[in-house]
Amino acid sequence: MGKSKLKRAKGWDLVFVILNGIFMLAFVVITLYPVINTVAISFNDGIDAVRGGIHLWPREFTLKNYVTVLGKQNIKTAAIVTVARTVIGSALSLATNALLAYVVSRKRFLFKAQVSLFWVITMYVNGGLVPVLLLYKNLHLTNSFWVYVIPGMISAFNMLVMRTYMQGIPDSLEESAALDGAGHFTIFWKIISPLCLPVYATVTLFVAVYQWNSWFDAMLYNRMKDEYTTLQYELMKLLTSVMQQGGNANNMKSVASGSRVTPVTVRSAATVITMLPIICLYPFLQRYFVTGLTIGGVKE
Amino acid sequence: MSQETSASVKRARKKKNDEYKVKTSMAEVKRQSFLIVTSAIFLVYGFIFYYVPLGGWIMAFENYKPKTGLLHSKWVGLAKFKFLFEDATFIRVIRNTLAMGVLNLVATFFMAILFAILLNEVRTTLIKKGIQTISYMPHFLSWIIVTGILHDALSANGVVNEIIQAFGGTPIMFFSETKYFWPIVAFANVWKETGWNAIIYLAAITSIDPCLYEAASIDGAGRLSKIFHITLPSIRPTIMILLLINVGNVLNAGFEVQYLLGNDVIKSVSDTIDIYVLNWGISQSDFSLGTAAGIFKSVVSIILIVIANNMAKRAGEERLF
Repeated sequence: MGKSKLKRAKGWDLVFVILNGIFMLAFVVITLYPVINTVAISFNDGIDAVRGGIHLWPREFTLKNYVTVLGKQNIKTAAIVTVARTVIGSALSLATNALLAYVVSRKRFLFKAQVSLFWVITMYVNGGLVPVLLLYKNLHLTNSFWVYVIPGMISAFNMLVMRTYMQGIPDSLEESAALDGAGHFTIFWKIISPLCLPVYATVTLFVAVYQWNSWFDAMLYNRMKDEYTTLQYELMKLLTSVMQQGGNANNMKSVASGSRVTPVTVRSAATVITMLPIICLYPFLQRYFVTGLTIGGVKE
Repeated sequence: MSQETSASVKRARKKKNDEYKVKTSMAEVKRQSFLIVTSAIFLVYGFIFYYVPLGGWIMAFENYKPKTGLLHSKWVGLAKFKFLFEDATFIRVIRNTLAMGVLNLVATFFMAILFAILLNEVRTTLIKKGIQTISYMPHFLSWIIVTGILHDALSANGVVNEIIQAFGGTPIMFFSETKYFWPIVAFANVWKETGWNAIIYLAAITSIDPCLYEAASIDGAGRLSKIFHITLPSIRPTIMILLLINVGNVLNAGFEVQYLLGNDVIKSVSDTIDIYVLNWGISQSDFSLGTAAGIFKSVVSIILIVIANNMAKRAGEERLF
């Protein structure tokens, strides 16, 4: 009887494995298809794409969409601004969060409880859109590049992730360095930081992805300043133009002016350009954000 | 069991803290001058960017005019809040925000746990790693890109309508009927975040003692019963703590997708509190009303966090604070 029970379990297991395989296949297809489809459309002739039915490969291959996108002055500016805010923003965030995390992770620090509480509160309470906008206006951060990198520089969450990691480093390292006469900055720079590179990488990645993908701040604070536009904001404008005017009206327009691109195909090209760096990089960096997430999940 | 361990952990932590109890003395302050000065500088920064905006909440209680400023604008008490709760639109955006927030929470939670458990049952390491890598790709795409992709897929000649037509149905105009909007938003969130949210469950599953599975196999348990009797109970604490964190965020789930995918035809179901704040506070420049609506959202969020926290405490689960 025991044997038949085992056999039955095996039979059901086979059904389970097959169903699971189908589920995973569906999951992968649903995840990848829209992205591949966008790439295919971005290489397709605009007028031809209106007919629909393009799936994994372009029907009438062209590079015109990319030529159009890259020819726009706004896109060039946006690319430079986006790269700048990603690099500067990540560097500033890393430096400040790491230093603050070092301070609050010192076990002997007299005010560690108070300082930690001060930052934890910021995770749960915020002033809201309007007071923040007025504050930035008063600080002359609106209509400037710095609104992208200064306000969100220190985030309590990232800081606490670093703190948790630093707390796991044995105190003896700090103590022996202190005996050799090292000050706090030396200990932070020469002893703790080299050991924290994995968590530094994690936080930098979080910030970099956030910076790369932001669009709302560009729309809200720098709407009037084309020189501070970002890639995502330009993409957002393209998206809105596609949605509002609808496919057909636009296609008529491009037929009339003799060009073979439509807002849909141009937007696809811009989308591909914007997501390309991230899609190329993330598989190689995945082990860093996985560590970061698991540290962040078991916070105190 | 969990209560006992958490108590012992607490005791151990307390002991550890006592060891490091440092007496406040001039010498100690001097020794820690670097720490004190550094944290003070960051305190100034934090005060300006996180605490000063809270002072702006005063605007909600006066008829704020940029010309007269915060101190000299006319005090109106709760008039702005009264306007809010008499405004049918505001009641509707509260409903939309809550409905979409809860729908998103349930859908993304369920899918992440399901995906993590099922992926764990894939035995070939290479395939498993491959699927996982693909699964969190959407997390790194911006909402602009995700909504754009979704808009294409659901448009009149998009792939979804192609499939519907292939099965003999009539094409659906997804963005001009109110009944489709909430499911579309939930699907967008599931598509973007399932793989990412599953990471933490997969990490929890990895730490389950393999002996448990072996013992169950000897007793003749199939895969399904192992999932229900070993995997799920083992990741229960993780599920609870994540649920807790996310309940406080329910009201925050309502801006980007709704702003990007909403349109005038379906405004009645797509507008959320954040969009309301944007419309009144920024576009209409009624700073006071925008602030009042923002305060309402903050206060409700905090209440939700406290309730969730207390419920977790009563259930003997881990807490946030």
